[in-house]
Amino acid sequence: MSGVLNKIWTALRGGVREMGDAIVDSNGIRIFEQEIIDAKDSIQQAKTNLTEVMARKMQAERKVSKLVEEIRNHEGYVGKALDNNDEALALEVAGKIATMEAEKGEQDAIVRRLTGQVEQLKAHIRKAEKLIADHERELSIVRTTESVQKATEQVVENVAANNSTLNTARQSLERIKAHQEMRQDQLEAGELLDKELSGGDLDSKLEEAGIKGETATATDILARIKASKQ
Amino acid sequence: MTQIQELTIQLGQVNYEGHTFNCLPILGQQEVLQVIVSELDAMPIFVTITDTQILCITYLCKQAEVQPDRTAELNKNMLELNVAMPLSSFAIVEDYYVVFGAMATSSSFDDVCKELITLASNAYDALEAIEEYLV
Repeated sequence: MSGVLNKIWTALRGGVREMGDAIVDSNGIRIFEQEIIDAKDSIQQAKTNLTEVMARKMQAERKVSKLVEEIRNHEGYVGKALDNNDEALALEVAGKIATMEAEKGEQDAIVRRLTGQVEQLKAHIRKAEKLIADHERELSIVRTTESVQKATEQVVENVAANNSTLNTARQSLERIKAHQEMRQDQLEAGELLDKELSGGDLDSKLEEAGIKGETATATDILARIKASKQ
Repeated sequence: MTQIQELTIQLGQVNYEGHTFNCLPILGQQEVLQVIVSELDAMPIFVTITDTQILCITYLCKQAEVQPDRTAELNKNMLELNVAMPLSSFAIVEDYYVVFGAMATSSSFDDVCKELITLASNAYDALEAIEEYLV
């Protein structure tokens, strides 16, 4: 992280307006940008080296496998010479095998060394790539801070110039509430209209007045029957 | 054509979940687009696109509009609400309390529409939530 957030924080507390400048002054942005450029160069260099080393390794590996094959063939010749009881020829061929084995040993060592170099170069590339990613993220933090500051300043200036004010919270709230009341009124008006059109309104008025809709209770019914019996 | 210009054209034509978008470019060094979401027009959103992000910001109120002795309480409440608020967060930019949403520049147009509507709705809610802290 290398403390980029901390630097921004310090700058903000210090009331700095131009974030980019602030971070540049504190040796931030330019160093990041240079390090990104350097890291990219070094990746390019490492990749060139890597292809060369890998090519040399493949060459050495080819030599090794060729020697292995040759050694195997010559071991066959030794066997055949011995089958023919030609000890002298067998010894001569065995001598050649010894030379080839020595050469194979050398080539094996080269392959091992080159394998090590390939690993090193790959690790170097990974490290440089990680550094670039980190720095680019940090740079983006600084640039974003800067953009947001600039955007806010522009909004405040422009909005005033265009007469479309950046409302205070109170004004926004009033506007929201007025809008909500309007909606509520519309809703209620709609319901009222529905009721009137469907005659629901008259029914409820009659009910309220006790004229319509009252259902007889069991006591009422009992009282009525009792009265008719008398 | 810049990404903001493209966005302006697309937003002008779309009807997303019943909302339309009224766009007004704000002139200046930094490219900024004012977007007003229909039905949520009390809280304009200001869109800025940087190297890595699409930033959508609504300005809630000036810090000076908050009762000075209750600022700390309000700040804490905002931090506590932050995670719950869908797709948006509270922040302070210069003198302003803001609600903002940050998206990757690779976000789809649909994602941007969703963000804008959610952000405007969140800003409405946020205003109502901070009302008691206002001067």
